[in-house]
Amino acid sequence: MSNAAIETSGLVREFKKGPRAVDGIDLRVEPGEVYGFLGPNGAGKSTTVHMLTTLLPPTAGRAWVAGHDVVEDGPAVRSAIGAALQEAALDPYLTGREHMRLQTALHGMTGKESRERTDVLLERVGLVQAADRRVGGYSGGMKRRLDLALALVHRPRILFLDEPTTGLDPQSRSALWEEVQRLASDRGVTVFLTTQYLEEADVLADRVGIIDRGHIVAEGTPEALKDEIGRPSVEVIPALAEDLPHTRQVLSRFGESVTGSPKGASVRLAGGDAQLAEVVRALDSEDLQIQELQLHAPTLDDVFLAKTGRSLEGEAEPAPAAA
Amino acid sequence: MNEVLLLARRSVVRTLRQPAMIVPALVFPLLLLSINSSGLESATHLPGFPTDSYFQFALAIAFVQGALFSANSAGTNVASDIESGFLNRLSLTPLRRVSLILGQLTGILALGLIQALTFLGVGLAFGEGIAAGVGGAVVIVLLSLTISLAFGSIGAFVALRAGNGEAVQGVFPLFFAALFLSSMTLPRDLIEIEWFQTVATWNPVSYMLEGFRSLVIEGWNAEALALGFGCAAGVAVIAMAAASSALRTRMVRT
Repeated sequence: MSNAAIETSGLVREFKKGPRAVDGIDLRVEPGEVYGFLGPNGAGKSTTVHMLTTLLPPTAGRAWVAGHDVVEDGPAVRSAIGAALQEAALDPYLTGREHMRLQTALHGMTGKESRERTDVLLERVGLVQAADRRVGGYSGGMKRRLDLALALVHRPRILFLDEPTTGLDPQSRSALWEEVQRLASDRGVTVFLTTQYLEEADVLADRVGIIDRGHIVAEGTPEALKDEIGRPSVEVIPALAEDLPHTRQVLSRFGESVTGSPKGASVRLAGGDAQLAEVVRALDSEDLQIQELQLHAPTLDDVFLAKTGRSLEGEAEPAPAAA
Repeated sequence: MNEVLLLARRSVVRTLRQPAMIVPALVFPLLLLSINSSGLESATHLPGFPTDSYFQFALAIAFVQGALFSANSAGTNVASDIESGFLNRLSLTPLRRVSLILGQLTGILALGLIQALTFLGVGLAFGEGIAAGVGGAVVIVLLSLTISLAFGSIGAFVALRAGNGEAVQGVFPLFFAALFLSSMTLPRDLIEIEWFQTVATWNPVSYMLEGFRSLVIEGWNAEALALGFGCAAGVAVIAMAAASSALRTRMVRT
C-alpha cells in the first residue's frame, strides 16, 4: 500500500479508434499537498482525473489513491475522495439545499447530521441566501461553489478539482482560489487540481505537473520549473511599425527568438538580465525609437514552451484576470 | 431501499417542476381520446364491435398513450443526468447501480399514477362507467402503472445506451408507430387488411389495450387481463434487464 496521497505508475488510457489520451504517467502527490496538473485542452488532464476517481478504468499501469488501488478497491478510493469534475454536475430543477440533502443522504447522513452538514457547507461556500433557489437560476460561479460543497459533504481527505474556474468571472475565481487554499492549509486536504490557466497553477499549487499529449513533460514547484528555464526574455515594441524587422535583427544578437506581441520582437536573453543595458545601447546605436521595452521573468508558459516547443497560452482559452 | 426512495423523490420533484413534461403527457392522450371518440363513432355500427360507445372503446388508448410519454420522460431525465455529469456525481457516492434505475422508475410511476387517475376520472365523468366496477378501476390503475414501468424502462435503456436526449427523442415516434400498428382503433378481428391484422396480433401493445378494454367494456375477463399484464410485465422485465446492462457499461466505476 502506497503512503502517498496519490501515486501512479505507468498509467495509460487508450480509447478505441483514438490516440493514447494518457500515455504512461508516473506521479506522486504527498498528503496535504496542492498539486497542479497543467496542460492545454486535450492533453489528458481530465482522463487522468477520471481514472484516479475510479470513473474510468486504466488500460495499463497502476494508480493508488489514499493508499488504495483504483482498480481493485474502488469503493475505498471513493470514500476517501471528493471530486468536482469539469462540468458542474447539477440538476437545474433542484435547489442548492436539495442537492446537499440528497448528497448527504447518499453518504449515509440522516436527519440532524444531514441538516447541520448542509448548513455548514452552504455557509462556507457563501450560498446560504441562494440555498432554496433552483440551481437552473444560479450563475456559473454559484454552480461551481455548490459543486465544491457537494464534493466536501463526506469530509474527503483528497479533493479532485477538474478545471474548477474555467469560464468563471474574476471575482468567482478568486473566491474559489481562497476556498481551495483554506481547505489545504486549515484542513490538510490534498488537492489535485487540473487547469489550463498558468496563473492558477502558479498561485495555488505547491507543485506542478505539466502534461502534454498524455505525457508529463515537466514536474516540480512553480519556482523550480521557472528557475530551470533561468533566463528572462526581453520584448521590444518599436515606435514605428516599419522598424520591426530591423528591431528583430538587432535583438537576434542577444538570444533566441520567443513568442511575444505581434507588434514587437522578443528574445530570451542568452546572458540573462545583465544584458539588458547592452540591448538598450544596441537599439540606440541603430537609431531605433522604442515605444515599449519590457523584461519578462520566466513563466510556466516559458517552461511549457521549452518542453514542448509550443505555447500553452496560445492553446488555452483566454483566462479572465483575477481580481 | 432508502437510496431508491431518495432518487425516486428527486425524480418526482424534478418531473413535477417541468410542466412541459407533465402537461403534454396529460393533454395529448385526452385530445386524441376526444378526436377518436367523436370522429370514429360510426365504427360502433360494424357488426361485432364490442360496444355502442366509441368513447368506452377508445378510453384504453389514453392509458397506453400516456404511458408512452413515460418512456420519453424517463429517457429524457436519464439522458440529462448523463449529459450534465450528474450520473458521474452519483457514481462517486456509495449508491448501488440498481437503486439508480429503480429510483428513476419509481419517479416515472408517480407520473403514471397522476395520468392513470386523470384518465380514469375523465372516463368516469364522460363515459358509461367501468364494467368491472370499483375493483376494475383499481386494476386499470395497476395495469397502467405496469405499462408505464415497461415503457419507462425502454426510455431509460435508450438513454443509457446512447447517452443523449436526441436519441430518446428520435425513438419516441417509434413508440407511436407501435401504438398505431395495434388494435388501437379497431378490435383485431375487425381489421380487414391481413398484414395489419398480423402485425397487430404480434404487437404486445394490442394486448395491453385489450386488457383495459375488457375491464371497461366487458367486466372481468381473466384471459384478456392475463395477456395484458403478461405483455406489460414481459416488456418491463426485458427492458429493465437491458437498462441495467446499459447502466453497467455507462456507470463503469471500478
